[in-house]
Amino acid sequence: MYRNTLRYRWFASSNALLLTVISILCILPLVHVAAVSFSSSSAATANQVYFWPVGFNKEAYLRTLDNPLFLHSLVLSVERTVAGTLLSMMLTVTAAYTLSRSFYGRAFYSWFFVFTMLFNGGLIPTYMVVTGLHLTNTLWALILPSAVNVFNTILMMQFFRAIPKELEEAAHIDGAGYLRSLTSIYLPLSLPSLATLSLFAMVWHWNSWFDGLIYMTDYRQYPLATFLQTIIQSGDMRNTNIDPGQLQVLSERTVRSAQILIGALPILIVYPFLQRFFVQGLTMGAVKE
Amino acid sequence: MEWKKGRIRFIRQLPLHLLILPSIICLLIFNYAPMAGLLMAFQDYKPRLGILHSPWAGLAHFRYMFSYPDSVQVIYNTLLIASLKIVANTVVPIVFALLLNEVRTVVFKRFVQTFVYLPHFLSWVILGGILTDVLGNKGIVNNLLSFTGADPIFFLGDGTWFRITVIISDVWKEFGFSTIIYLAAMSGINMALYEAAEIDGAGRFKQTLHVTLPAMVPVILVVSTLALGNILNAGFDQIFNLYNPLVYREGDIIDTFVYRVGLMGGSFSFATAVGLFKSAVSFVLIVVSYRLAYRFGNYRIF
Repeated sequence: MYRNTLRYRWFASSNALLLTVISILCILPLVHVAAVSFSSSSAATANQVYFWPVGFNKEAYLRTLDNPLFLHSLVLSVERTVAGTLLSMMLTVTAAYTLSRSFYGRAFYSWFFVFTMLFNGGLIPTYMVVTGLHLTNTLWALILPSAVNVFNTILMMQFFRAIPKELEEAAHIDGAGYLRSLTSIYLPLSLPSLATLSLFAMVWHWNSWFDGLIYMTDYRQYPLATFLQTIIQSGDMRNTNIDPGQLQVLSERTVRSAQILIGALPILIVYPFLQRFFVQGLTMGAVKE
Repeated sequence: MEWKKGRIRFIRQLPLHLLILPSIICLLIFNYAPMAGLLMAFQDYKPRLGILHSPWAGLAHFRYMFSYPDSVQVIYNTLLIASLKIVANTVVPIVFALLLNEVRTVVFKRFVQTFVYLPHFLSWVILGGILTDVLGNKGIVNNLLSFTGADPIFFLGDGTWFRITVIISDVWKEFGFSTIIYLAAMSGINMALYEAAEIDGAGRFKQTLHVTLPAMVPVILVVSTLALGNILNAGFDQIFNLYNPLVYREGDIIDTFVYRVGLMGGSFSFATAVGLFKSAVSFVLIVVSYRLAYRFGNYRIF
């Protein structure tokens, strides 16, 4: 066996070392920002903080959570994440179920969906449509334009297709309609993939910031990701319409770090669940007949 | 008789049409209506007149795009950054997957995977915030560099360094996640092939070269041909959250340019023309790359 040769054992240990170093390098920047967020403001400004807080205190977090602007954007983000995920999952499930049936018109609908993956109107015309519908400064502007996720729909459709047709045929004989067979057969059988896609939709909504930036003309209506983006990019004042006094406080280094951490926290919390699901989610639908 | 049969079938299948209707309406409004809005690219769009009454401009905006030095530079930047990213994001994950495949301890493998997949799930707002802090003038990286006596590097303020930073930080975010598909391909390799190679006297390196890599070729081909469709996608979220006026010349890409010129500057028609150019080229490339992926790797989305 090659595994016992000296050369391979030498390779295996240096490989393990290399992989450890790379893994740690991947999250080290995050650790540093976390350390800064818990450090005293003076230590942070004087560049004394590396990977452990200097002059430990929670001041930055208290000041962030004390800020009504921040809290309001946090609430908005939760709202859009919940509403957006629900809406998007409802559309995904119904469209995926329909596309997984064989019926007259399926080919047309499929192309109608797939074509949007190939070609799009781009930023300006989409912006014109959303503003033309007077959705600006409403939650709808954040959840409607992205409500149909074609990629997720295709994944879900492939999953539905893998469920034996006999189940639905039996249900039809018992008098169940399409809607009944969707809710009583297909949905219960696909809970794991529903959970996976919902998690991905939630992460997507939580992370989205650009739609907030262009569709919310009032900065008090910014969801958290957009709010953070504006604070972090505050060096670039042209894009900012937040009151300069507020900006000064919010863009202090420790406070900024605290905000970054709070913005990343929900993702870090769901990450273990995501990790359990996403390999399965990615390979789901990879095998086709 | 024929139409009657069709009507009965339609009524029987009506629930299916109704189920998909909401999605179709959403796509019509938010995906297909903007495509019609691309007509703006051939107009001198005035918000006051709307798309129906704005005067026509023919191909003027397209001619302007290819003669205006700024937009030519932007197209060049996009192609350069995107193609470097495609190369880096193909090579690094393959090498990393090969190295990770040699790890036999499951716990250690999990540990590595947990750490390297994480950045993929954080948005560029968060990562951009982290990078501007870490790579800034007074950031930890320049702080550590100063101990070696080196001059501070303006990672985000110098054009060349900005491009390098963009490529490397993109690899940082995505390489871990991209290994998943290669790891899946490797786990599907028949163990008997390795045993046979072993009997023929191949060491682990030769086995990797002659068993593992050939087995990964179809996946590599599919992934890299599909990446072709992204040749004009240099990563809006990333650039937008990292760049600043100092590096507009070297770092500006089509998407950021469209945003600044169109939504910030109000040149709606010109920005739409640039956007249409991008969409049209991407469309051709995506169709070609899907065809190639189908030919090489039997890849189908349906």
